[in-house]
Amino acid sequence: MPSLAGLFFCLKQKMNKKTKNIKKLIVNQSLELDCGKIIKNFPIAYETYGTLNKNKSNAILVFHALSGDQFVTNINPITKKEGWWANAVGPGKAIDTDKYFVICVNVLGGCMGSFGPKEINPDTNELFGTTFPVITIRDMVRAQIYLLEYLGIDKLLAITGGSMGGMQVLQFASLYPNKTYSAIPIACSASHSAQNIALNELGRQAIMADPNWNNGNYFKTTLSPDKGLAVARMAAHITYLSKQGLQEKFGRKLQDAESLKFSFDANFQIESYLRHQGTKFVDRFDANSYLYITRAMDYFDLEKQFNGNLSLAFKNTKSKFYVISFSSDWLYPTIENKEIVMALNACGANVGFVEIDSDKGHDSFLLEVPEFLKTLSEFLNSTYKEINNEKRI
Amino acid sequence: MKKEFEIISQIIQNNKRVLDIGCGDGTLMEYLKFNQQNDVRGLEPQKDLVQKCIAKGLSVIEGDAEKELIQFPDKSFDYAVLSQTLQAFLFPEKVLKQLLRIGKQTIVSIPNFGYWKVRLHLLFKGTMPLTKNLPNEWYNTPNLHMCTIQDFVNFCKETNIKIDRSLCLTNEKISEITNGNLLYKNIFSQLGIFLIK
Repeated sequence: MPSLAGLFFCLKQKMNKKTKNIKKLIVNQSLELDCGKIIKNFPIAYETYGTLNKNKSNAILVFHALSGDQFVTNINPITKKEGWWANAVGPGKAIDTDKYFVICVNVLGGCMGSFGPKEINPDTNELFGTTFPVITIRDMVRAQIYLLEYLGIDKLLAITGGSMGGMQVLQFASLYPNKTYSAIPIACSASHSAQNIALNELGRQAIMADPNWNNGNYFKTTLSPDKGLAVARMAAHITYLSKQGLQEKFGRKLQDAESLKFSFDANFQIESYLRHQGTKFVDRFDANSYLYITRAMDYFDLEKQFNGNLSLAFKNTKSKFYVISFSSDWLYPTIENKEIVMALNACGANVGFVEIDSDKGHDSFLLEVPEFLKTLSEFLNSTYKEINNEKRI
Repeated sequence: MKKEFEIISQIIQNNKRVLDIGCGDGTLMEYLKFNQQNDVRGLEPQKDLVQKCIAKGLSVIEGDAEKELIQFPDKSFDYAVLSQTLQAFLFPEKVLKQLLRIGKQTIVSIPNFGYWKVRLHLLFKGTMPLTKNLPNEWYNTPNLHMCTIQDFVNFCKETNIKIDRSLCLTNEKISEITNGNLLYKNIFSQLGIFLIK
């Protein structure tokens, strides 16, 4: 039987091999996190698509959501699956990589190469696990600025993202009022609601209830909390869909059977679908990362950062905003998106807003929703045109 | 661009902050922004029209003026513009109050129900008037509170709204409304345009 130390070495090698070909920037400056800890020499993994133009005016920073990563489009080299926003990003797509230079960074706390619980703590030479510091949306955003500096981009054409990606958009726009021409927060909220926190807690408790989780030290064993993480994903997945969408897609249809089986197997197609979503997720996501990232979302309260007055968050902004929500999204409903619009109007910021009709729930922003993709594309087009005319004068 | 918008653009001139309520497909906003360098925002209840505006580079919010105007701070715009929409609100008086609060000045245009063709239609046909400006039947018209130029002037007097300018439009011809010609203009104008505060 191999010693624990030997096993750890094996795991470490396996992981390093897996993430070897990922683009990484090692940030050698120090960053003070919201929790008070100071980190330095930390990696941020990223990917880019398209080409940066001469005057560097076509860069779009995309922020990923809870379960996303830097591989926005094309085939993800690690999972071998299509990128999470392939519907929106790519040649000829709404975010056209023939025209724009798209950047995406794996968030702090993530598990695709950036500084997270799956990385090695240089002080102990062990994986961080739950000794990793609790991070916030603000920390995630501040870490990404180093990459923009490294790429030599002073001002982005746009920042965009849905869900937690949208929260990063808001935080970025607030922290850096003059670093982007436009900002497109999609299906998000300026502060996580009690319902959002409750649902995230459900996921975390599912992971922690799995004995394999082992207080976050599962990397020291051969077991991992796959069941817990799968249940967390299943619960979350329900919140990404709408009742109507589920009913239309699955209804009470049975899985590979003519009649009920009178058992607890997956009788219904919806059960089988959810189980599949859970299992698929476990292959590509780290349970501890799931804890850290959901925590960051829960801690997000831009209103509180400005003493209860959200409009102060955008007081100095020079960016043009386009807030987009979806009619059937009950996780980040239109009303919460509208609060952002109201705050922007209250401080005289430049903002447009539309609620897209879709029965696909919160997931609408990831899916093929033509009206959404069209308006996203048109907004970027007109912004790009405006900026490049401006520069010609 | 229609004559009404030309008149409104002339009143507004350059480099002002303007809120266009019920901006439609953004024709007026586009002119104000790109030809007169105004800082323009719009509010429009129809999604497809909002998206048309966005595609033109205009910042428009999807929403209903009766509910959404409260979010704009006092005097946050040089001009609040309401073109031929006042009659379509459930509570026009409340909307008007909001406009006067938000805009340092407000431009309101109304289709004139006192226009002679409208009067004759009702008088001789005995049915609700249909004209070029009022093309819908009574059962599908969005117009809930039609008024005449005289009604609007009376309303402003009663509620202490100051009318800085009043113009009227007949067959693309523009003229000023004065105390002396009000009775006459109320019969022969299709549209009234008022600059109020």
